[in-house]
Amino acid sequence: MAESLRDLDYFSLDDLLTSEERATRDTVKRFVQREVLPQIERHFAAETFAVELIPQMAELGMFGANIKGYGCAGMNNVSYGLIMQELEAGDSGLRSFASVQSSLAMYAIYANGSEDQKKRYLPEMAKGRLIGCFGLTEPDHGSDPGGMETRARKDGDGWILNGTKRWITNGSIADVAIVWAKVDQGITGFLVERGTPGFSTRDIHGKFSMRASITSELILEDVRLPASAHLPNARGLKGPLGCLTQARYGIAWGAIGAARTCFNTALDYTKSRKQFSRPLAGFQLVQSKLVNMLTEITKGQMVCLRLAHLKDQGKMRPEHVSFAKRNNVNEALKIARDARDMLGANGIVNEYPVIRHMMNLETVNTYEGTFDVHTLILGRDITGENAFE
Amino acid sequence: MKILVPIKRVPDPATTIRVLPDGSGIATDNVKWVINPFDEIAIEEALRIKEKQAGSEVVLVTIGQSTWQEQLRTGLAMGADRAILVKNDGYLDPLALAKIIAKVAAGENADLVLLGKQAIDDDSNQVGQMLAELLGWPQATFASKVEFADKRVTVIREVDGGLETIAFNLPAVVTTDLRLNEPRYASLPGIMKARKKELKEVAAESLGLDLAPKLKIKSLTAPPKRQAGRKVASVEELVSVLHTEAKVI
Repeated sequence: MAESLRDLDYFSLDDLLTSEERATRDTVKRFVQREVLPQIERHFAAETFAVELIPQMAELGMFGANIKGYGCAGMNNVSYGLIMQELEAGDSGLRSFASVQSSLAMYAIYANGSEDQKKRYLPEMAKGRLIGCFGLTEPDHGSDPGGMETRARKDGDGWILNGTKRWITNGSIADVAIVWAKVDQGITGFLVERGTPGFSTRDIHGKFSMRASITSELILEDVRLPASAHLPNARGLKGPLGCLTQARYGIAWGAIGAARTCFNTALDYTKSRKQFSRPLAGFQLVQSKLVNMLTEITKGQMVCLRLAHLKDQGKMRPEHVSFAKRNNVNEALKIARDARDMLGANGIVNEYPVIRHMMNLETVNTYEGTFDVHTLILGRDITGENAFE
Repeated sequence: MKILVPIKRVPDPATTIRVLPDGSGIATDNVKWVINPFDEIAIEEALRIKEKQAGSEVVLVTIGQSTWQEQLRTGLAMGADRAILVKNDGYLDPLALAKIIAKVAAGENADLVLLGKQAIDDDSNQVGQMLAELLGWPQATFASKVEFADKRVTVIREVDGGLETIAFNLPAVVTTDLRLNEPRYASLPGIMKARKKELKEVAAESLGLDLAPKLKIKSLTAPPKRQAGRKVASVEELVSVLHTEAKVI
């Protein structure tokens, strides 16, 4: 096991996991160790996604793992969270791929699709033979998705879509895009398959973050869709927001994985590197940073485990997810920055995983509801005052 | 073919082992437990044989406390058919373990017992050999390749200075070496399926065997801390130090 992937369990939270949950975590950890770490820096440098990992991830049951039926593993939400944690201990881009496939694309169909749509898409997506993406964000509408400009209008039995979506993970490698658009009654969702006339994608390059993940623009120009491409149960903004709640849940867990890798790396580094003839770890300023990392990771783990139990019991509220996503990602980002600092000059090269995680987490802090937007969600929840508009 | 795979629970090789202050054992708090890596190779080999020979069955057995179920479940998640936990709390030496496995193998009518060449905790490397002797079966240790033709087995063994090929008839005992295969992952659907597979518990004392240890662990000590090296001024001094201090020449 690569030292950086090892568990951090200061409060024996493992005792609160079932043997199945631990086995799930260990399988994914091993997969990341064997298949991901040897090539992640190459993909990050080349700005490519490791598509060669998709079949194996599918075979191991990682896509839609917490969906019941339709060829999915049907695991609980603790296991699902642990999968995300271990994937992101490898790379946030890998976890993003899994989040989008599972929680955004598959869940969108699972929660909003017809039985025919579920049977047609979900088993193939679980097998990794169909890749999905999720088109909500637009060039001019990020935190304010309700202002979207993509329009769908009725055309006989079918629909015609026009608009542009941006910052779409997996966009150009997706076989099916979930596209959210405005109709007369509000917002609804559509399944747009690759190759549909008028539908094209363009990758976004020049990223300093999430380089081992594909980020694209979706362009819809008079895209004609049959009635069967409409998600019948998607009515209003709560359609896409329900999917985001699922994905954010996984991100809260994933951030712990990235933070843990940074902590382990910083701990090992400062214990072995000597300056002024003693290990860096022997200096008070370094210990202070290490202890803060340990504390924040442990608190994040506790929040996630409780959140998972609430989710499994059907008691989780979207605000709980905002709390966890906001806190865990922000703390993970701070931990990554501190770890980068503690590694000194070595912290800026890809010999260590730290700067890659640090740059990735800048994205994670922004996407799926920025830190500030989650602050407003929680602020509204505890005060009853809406500070959004 | 029925294949019995005995497995042992050991500390994760990545765990830092600490010896208890009184030398009676190792500290087990915060130790992560896994299937002995050589036994995991044995499970993988058994599953590959099963995939080639329809109608085969892979049965896992372990000897230990109830908590060892977790490693059996992992083996079941990899694809084994069922598992037996022989419950025992105290220390058992390699001979006692071999006796228990021999009894289970006979009771199961196993055609083949596949196990790791040794467990990475105490590295005894004895159970497979003793087991073959107790059963009166042929054995092949340190297997790096196993092939079947009818009831005849050909095994390539890793021995000092090269490879040895031996062939014999079933039933037999084969112990696995590192290069035999690369074990598969326990897939997530496999983990879900393992929940429903049979896991039978048997009390060790109910087997009617003399399990009293003939081996006693007197004490454990951590390896001495490595000393820093030192520089010598000349070849003459080096030779002299090697002769008088290191006493290697």
